[in-house]
Amino acid sequence: MAELWLLSLLLPVFGALLVLPLCRYATLSAGIAAVTTVLAAIPGVYVAMSLLNGQPPISIAYAWSLPGGALQIDVDAVSAFFLLPVFILSPLCAIYGGAYLHQVKGKLLGVHWAFFLLLVASMVLVLSAGQVFLFLVAWELMSLTSFFLVAFDHQNKEVKQAAWVYLVASHLGVTLLLGFFLYSSQWSGSLFFSDFEALRAIPQHQATGLFLLAVAGFGIKAGLFPFHVWLPEAHPAAPSHVSALMSAVMVNLGIYGILRTVTWLPQAPAWWGLLLAGFGIAGALYGIALAAVQQDIKRCLAYSTVENVGIIFVGLGVGIYAVAAGFSAVALLAFAGALLHLWNHSLFKGMLFLGAGNLVHATATRNMNQLGGLMKRLPATSMLLIGGSVAITALPPFNGFISEWLIYLGLLHGGLEMPRAMGLPLLLLVSLLALVGAMAILVFVRLVGISVLGNPRSAAAASAHEGSILLLAPPAILLAGCVLIGLNPLPVLDLLRAPVVLLIKTELLPMLTLTAFTGLGRGVWLLLALIAGMALLFFVQRHRHPAVVAATWGCGFALPNNRMSYNATAFSELAHNHLLPRTLRPEVVTAPVTTFFPQAVQLSQQSSDPVLNRLLQLFFTRIANLCQRLRWFQQGRLPIYLLYIFLTCIGLMVWSLRVFGGG
Amino acid sequence: MTDINSIILLVVILLNFFILGSARLVACIRAVALQGALLALLPVIVHGFSLHSLGLAGGAFLFKGGLIPWLLLRAIREVRIRREVEPLISLVATLFLGAMATVAAFLFADQLPLIHASQAGVLVPASLATMLAGFLLLMTRRKAITQVVGYLMLENGIFIFGVLLSTAMPLVVEAAILLDLLVAVFVMGIVLNHVNREFSSINIERLSALKE
Repeated sequence: MAELWLLSLLLPVFGALLVLPLCRYATLSAGIAAVTTVLAAIPGVYVAMSLLNGQPPISIAYAWSLPGGALQIDVDAVSAFFLLPVFILSPLCAIYGGAYLHQVKGKLLGVHWAFFLLLVASMVLVLSAGQVFLFLVAWELMSLTSFFLVAFDHQNKEVKQAAWVYLVASHLGVTLLLGFFLYSSQWSGSLFFSDFEALRAIPQHQATGLFLLAVAGFGIKAGLFPFHVWLPEAHPAAPSHVSALMSAVMVNLGIYGILRTVTWLPQAPAWWGLLLAGFGIAGALYGIALAAVQQDIKRCLAYSTVENVGIIFVGLGVGIYAVAAGFSAVALLAFAGALLHLWNHSLFKGMLFLGAGNLVHATATRNMNQLGGLMKRLPATSMLLIGGSVAITALPPFNGFISEWLIYLGLLHGGLEMPRAMGLPLLLLVSLLALVGAMAILVFVRLVGISVLGNPRSAAAASAHEGSILLLAPPAILLAGCVLIGLNPLPVLDLLRAPVVLLIKTELLPMLTLTAFTGLGRGVWLLLALIAGMALLFFVQRHRHPAVVAATWGCGFALPNNRMSYNATAFSELAHNHLLPRTLRPEVVTAPVTTFFPQAVQLSQQSSDPVLNRLLQLFFTRIANLCQRLRWFQQGRLPIYLLYIFLTCIGLMVWSLRVFGGG
Repeated sequence: MTDINSIILLVVILLNFFILGSARLVACIRAVALQGALLALLPVIVHGFSLHSLGLAGGAFLFKGGLIPWLLLRAIREVRIRREVEPLISLVATLFLGAMATVAAFLFADQLPLIHASQAGVLVPASLATMLAGFLLLMTRRKAITQVVGYLMLENGIFIFGVLLSTAMPLVVEAAILLDLLVAVFVMGIVLNHVNREFSSINIERLSALKE
């Protein structure tokens, strides 16, 4: 087992070393990346599956010459749960990326692939690290390699800006994590995670401090609202296979960190759970509301990631809340729903980013207003996108439905079974989650309807055509995974048993009862038959009365063209004028019509992230202004700098005398 | 043995004062060369004749007493300057500060919890005093050449300390420091020439334009 795990870690590293000298050969290096990730995935998936099926955890220790460092590897069921998406997504993204970057000229693609492989390896290491230093090194490696992947198109000013935002955000996160780990390791007296058991005895207010540090530090990586600001910047800027890997896998690692923290700290009080759920639902509402007004298709998907992460946190928060209140059945449902939603999100968000990447690849634009009419030109991609959208909006028979169903069940059970005041927040969450669901449908109807259906709105969209099979197979495999989980959720729920037991910490309730609770598996085949029947009926109808092809009524314009059709801005007009609060609304620039006769009027809409632009930017500008005063120290004259060194030396001498007490 | 030792170190400290108080660059360079050459004797005196100490002494003598001063003298011949005009604080004040620093070094060395306090003698305070004097020179002078002299004095101070540890301090470390210094002098020489050519001055004050 341990050897297999090691193989899955070392193969990507080996691939990265192999790719670097060959970085001039684009196809070869992409091939190496694909082959090594596939080869690493085979033992990796095997190890993860066997751990999830109840094998004992892997523990390996190697010596490391770094002071305080040790190569302590601990892989348990929770790690395995998060490792599985890494090993499934990374080969698919590598295969896809090879074809996606095929047209790129004048870049050393080998370097890109080396970073990609190192990112995969570092994610595996983050999930397996059993020691503070090792964890932080791997975490930092992950942030840096993904920074370079985001900055792929670094000549582009926006991309550069986005990459900087990402780098700054992740380093702020690491700073918080450093504080968290230093404090915890000092308290427990050891740098090994296995000794963090001692933290269970930590006083409550210190535990709360540590928890908040961890939520902020890991929350930045997870895209938890309000720490999500890098996400909508970095995802559109990165190449699509990188966005898919980051959004579907890397974001999970932040959630992993928070879960690990919860298992280390003493029994969480109920309000921690409510806090997480509160952040979660706020993020879900915020993310989906902003997704509804984006014109950039990948930015829209990035906001949808914020939404889904929010939903996952609602599940986790409710789980913690229920454990604290002693309702393990509710906790079981909520945790299972959250974890399953995490897997599901990996599948469909990876799929959607790859599908959107196909549109970008074919039309060279991410602006939905420039797309349209791609159903006829890119039929396979369009069908994939429609499938992914159905999955992400939690409609049966896809997987999103199952996980959200579990979360809803948890909320409803909790709301009804708990004493009144305690159940109230859960019932409130039900209605808010339903609002999120409705908004999600709006967003994805808009995404599919504007970018895929209708007639092309630009020359690029009109002349688009489908790419190679390598661009279609990876998203298709992911979509197949979505359908599989949607139709046959019971075996998947069985896999969740081990991680959920670790989270609930009590085995009062055998996981088997989960299936009894949910009623899953009974109605699915009936549902499937119903859908098949409806489809059949639809095709029969179509066949009997074929659709009449005629021009759309052009509202009285003499020569209507495709640019006059509904676009993304128009579609979301209702949402942003009547649904969204004023702070979230996009900026609309237009001039009122003043005369009776027609004249040229322009309207443009620009959406910016309110948290980033109104809060954080203001905050950091203020800090920068304060720091301006420190510029006084930078005199630019060598003697002054030497004086600083001199004074430091003298200070250290005096200090050493004080400390060592003199001879 | 300790007598010769102490005499050498006292001469070294006196040379510190000479360099701090002198405005003539050539004299400064010659003094620092003499200081280096004297210090080269220390390893042999303290540790007796052995391959290690002889190697150390020979290397130090060649570099500090010969090569580096020669390079510096050549450099000032090329840029044609003889005197350090208008130091940041006056020469008398520098001398006074140097004296204070030396006193502080002796006081500090007394307080240090050294293992072989009796064996060390004046080594530790002399080392500290030389380092501090080098620092003072670095901070108070404007000409880049005097800065190099300051670095040399700093190195001399470290060398004296190194002699104390000579058995523990491998040859490689000392060799690395010497090499560092040599490279630094080379770089300084090149910078000096270029700065001179660009600004027709080797005052390091002009370098503040490079801030940020």
